[in-house]
Amino acid sequence: MQSRKLSDLERPQTGTRIRERRQALEIKQADLAGAVGISASYLNLIEHNKRAIGGKLLNDIARALQLDPAALTEGPEASLYAALCASAATQTGADAAAETDRIDALTARFPGWAATIAGQQRQISALEALNDALRDRLGHDHVLADAMHEVLSTASAIRATAAILAEDSAIDPQWLARFHRNLHEEAERLADRATALSKHFEADQGHRARPEFGAAEAVEHFFDLSDHHFPAIEAKGTSTIAGLMASAGPLDPTARRAAETALADYAADAARLPLGPFSAAARAANFTPEPLYAMAGGDVALVLRRLAALPLETGAPEFGLAICDASGALLRQRRHPGFAVPRFADGCPLWPVYRALSRPLTPERGVIEMPDGAVFQTWSISQPVAAISETGEPVLQATMLLRQDEAGFGTPVGPGCSFCTRPACPARRSPHLAG
Amino acid sequence: MTMRVMLVEDEANILEAVRFILARDGWEVFGHGNGATALDEIARRMPDVVVLDVMLPGRTGLDILRDLRNRDDLAHLPVLMLTAKGLERDRDTAMALGANAYMTKPFSNQDLMATIGALRQANPVVRGANA
Repeated sequence: MQSRKLSDLERPQTGTRIRERRQALEIKQADLAGAVGISASYLNLIEHNKRAIGGKLLNDIARALQLDPAALTEGPEASLYAALCASAATQTGADAAAETDRIDALTARFPGWAATIAGQQRQISALEALNDALRDRLGHDHVLADAMHEVLSTASAIRATAAILAEDSAIDPQWLARFHRNLHEEAERLADRATALSKHFEADQGHRARPEFGAAEAVEHFFDLSDHHFPAIEAKGTSTIAGLMASAGPLDPTARRAAETALADYAADAARLPLGPFSAAARAANFTPEPLYAMAGGDVALVLRRLAALPLETGAPEFGLAICDASGALLRQRRHPGFAVPRFADGCPLWPVYRALSRPLTPERGVIEMPDGAVFQTWSISQPVAAISETGEPVLQATMLLRQDEAGFGTPVGPGCSFCTRPACPARRSPHLAG
Repeated sequence: MTMRVMLVEDEANILEAVRFILARDGWEVFGHGNGATALDEIARRMPDVVVLDVMLPGRTGLDILRDLRNRDDLAHLPVLMLTAKGLERDRDTAMALGANAYMTKPFSNQDLMATIGALRQANPVVRGANA
């Protein structure tokens, strides 16, 4: 089999982007090289994609070029480098520290091994991420718990065996053959178990009454089925809620109460901003919130919620909505397909909805950019929804509306640390699991 | 004196990989995959360190650990629990039963080796007469 050369596929992007950015800023090659402490000839090799780059040097160059490192490295090369770094980071034994400063040499001399290690690291990272995401459910779903145990055991065998193959170059041929066979066996088992898990989730999707399906998720699912718009409530108000609940199918008592509350809130919103005049005003405002605040008496969150409830036939764009309490817990959301929000993990601390909590009653408009380049306009506000009777202190909720922009740049955010591919994010609080 | 470690683990390929790295490091390694007979095997081999999986056929590692701590001839053995059950309460349960260390799968070989070595250093014992 012909081995794949990194220079064929992966290197061109980063070096070329560095060169283009440097030229755009009219920085001389020697000046940039001097700023980051390398020779001009070495920078020349990087810019012509003849040397791989990563780590501190990449960060230094990105800083000198006034860019996020991810802007230079999105692509297969970055993915390979990140996976190898992640693999090295998991090897915490002091006696066997991986030579992370020589990753470029590894990828250049042994591209096949580098790809193998990176692939296994991604596999392990994906399994660890899956483990985190499902942790809350393990205690309630025995089928899932058993499946996860199987997956983790398989991942352990793969990891232990792969580490031996990667670190020991003088293995007896018989052991080598056994470990290769073991890897193959475990890979097959992993595929079978992953397929079984996938089927388990597929079955779960149509089973809304499962008690382990959290109330917030059940309400979200219920609203998703109606595309977050309820014509009956819009037309006739709260009297229709009982009928809607009857058609909701089986829900456990907690989810049922949560759904009834959410529908009552929806009805209250609809009564304050009736669909006809509001949709007309929204259309006139090109579905931008600010001109609509006045007709809501200054209740910004109400406007954001109502925009998110507009049916697409009004011409409204696809909105996403997130509402959280002062602890940051997401209470309600309407997912936007381009804005990935982990269902069972924490969100990104850089989301404007969290920032709004520190500035109550201050409407904020922003532009954010996800790691995949998707750009969103956001409107956020935190407002009191109640008061603590003893002290009078307000109980705050923050609301964020978002809509996708065609192009542009925004504040870098992510889907939450566990699934975020921005390795150098200063707000990162948990390890990068996406590989 | 060669150090002995007993791996009670029912996943054959994990057992083989761990056996390899420990043997390469100079350990004498005994493997056992059945929870029901693990305690007898530990008593027969009298290792310096026990590595105990939690989910085992026949009997759980936690039950084995509990009985081990109640036996005069085995209670002193350092035990590393090695398990896919990574919840905090699982760790707490194991430590309350007398585990000396707790690692979750998927583990790194270096971490495993370091932990086993540290257990051995922290728990020097004189091997019994039936060793």
